[in-house]
Amino acid sequence: MIVFVGYPIIETVRLAFTHPTTGEPTFYNFQRLFEDAYFWSALKYTFLLAGIVIPLQVAFALGVSLLLLKKFKGSGAVLYIFLIPLTISDVAAALIWYNILTRNGYLNRILISLGILDNPIYFFGYQYRNMELIALVITEVWRATAIVFVIIFAGLQMVGKEYLEAADVFGASQFEKFRYIILPMLKPSLQTALLIRTLFAMQVFAVVWILAGRDIPVLAGETYYWQVELKNTNVAAAYALIIALISVTLGFLYIKFLKPQYLER
Amino acid sequence: MPVYKGETLKMILIYAAAILIVTWILAPLGLIFLSAFAVPSEYYDIRKPIPTKFTLENVNTLLFILGAWRSTLNSLFVAILTILISFALGLPAGYSLARFMFKGRDTFKLLIIGLRMFPIIVLAVPLITIYLQIGLADTLIGVALAHTAMSLPFVVLITSSIFAGIPVDYEEAGMVFGLSRMEAFLRVTLPLALPGLAAASIFVFIMSWNEVFIASVLVLINRTLPADILISALNAPDPLKFAAGFVMVLPAMIFVFIARKYLIQVWGITIR
Repeated sequence: MIVFVGYPIIETVRLAFTHPTTGEPTFYNFQRLFEDAYFWSALKYTFLLAGIVIPLQVAFALGVSLLLLKKFKGSGAVLYIFLIPLTISDVAAALIWYNILTRNGYLNRILISLGILDNPIYFFGYQYRNMELIALVITEVWRATAIVFVIIFAGLQMVGKEYLEAADVFGASQFEKFRYIILPMLKPSLQTALLIRTLFAMQVFAVVWILAGRDIPVLAGETYYWQVELKNTNVAAAYALIIALISVTLGFLYIKFLKPQYLER
Repeated sequence: MPVYKGETLKMILIYAAAILIVTWILAPLGLIFLSAFAVPSEYYDIRKPIPTKFTLENVNTLLFILGAWRSTLNSLFVAILTILISFALGLPAGYSLARFMFKGRDTFKLLIIGLRMFPIIVLAVPLITIYLQIGLADTLIGVALAHTAMSLPFVVLITSSIFAGIPVDYEEAGMVFGLSRMEAFLRVTLPLALPGLAAASIFVFIMSWNEVFIASVLVLINRTLPADILISALNAPDPLKFAAGFVMVLPAMIFVFIARKYLIQVWGITIR
């Protein structure tokens, strides 16, 4: 693992501080990056997307977990179906939602044939950037809520029934039980879920690249653009380094301030 | 148990929510299947809500004219190679984590858990220059090695958890009857671990099959399926995009369906 991960990291640092043409050690790549409007835009959108998507995912996953905790006929099937997106790649998920939201997609076709709409709603294209953002949020919530759900659901099953029964004896309401028993006991799972999702969110790429291209730049997308389209490995390495630094910093902050349970065990 | 009015209402609400959740997941999947086989002329007619005529043409064009069949085979090659290498390296590590107390065991485990969180896409860029030096540039083997780096921590954690679930007594009993440690592993523990290991390898398969960033940065010509689609999807007509979505979704879903019992367990391990 040291060979697999350690050496490439050193190489990233070396590349990021090497001049693309002269090969001398330099800050040139970072200067170039900071002067690029796309960089700041990518930084903004990466965090904006994470900021919108993650709370939605946590709330949604929590809701589904609480529902599935009530064993009802068919709850096993619902659980299994809800996990399906775990197996679906971001490329496929993007195409799946493109199929629904594009101009001739099912949403427009059904609404128009029902007479609800006269003209199609446009989700894609530079002039509809806000709509593109909505399409990205929908796709990410559809695709990646399952991973948050797995963590939260596992955590919920560890909340002892005795506590809830004791609360019933003392006449606690549903909300009080949720607020004062379930939520505190769920804290470690919530923290793990948040950490994993945040780190993944910093690497968001294919969904954005397929649905919005560079209309909505993100950090991983810019790395790809500089590497594959502009063939500039040095600036791409600078991007990679920044993603790594952000991830490590966020991970460190989570662990320092929230102390996830898995590190204490 | 008598059913009260409030109970009935509650059950109705629960089922309504359950149906909503199932629809939210399954409807988009069903629609991509539908679109993949829909006749294109119907798609371009905006007044037609759902397709009524079907054809194999979209999938056919995608696979055999645009070359997605070839990239599918590339993806299979990379995924299988990833499984082989990551198990060859990860299985012994997982076994020793489960069976032996050694110095630095906890540090090792913590390191693996940490590595699992590492943003693996960062590796793609330096690997290009490293591969240029060692002759792996633009090769599928290079992609498989990068995918191995991505999946190895998971393989170690999953296999160690599987082996920890098999009582060490069985192996010891085997050794009492004259098996060597290796034989005891091969003839006692391994058969018991096999279903779990199969599920673990499906997990690795899906990781590799779905990975797009590393694959599309490392290989430019002879690409894997997601990398190929990432480029061609942007230029292809819409019906071909839908066929691509279908082709990508299908194998993973079949595999998961086969191993669904174990996979939930495996995912449980990877996120703990």
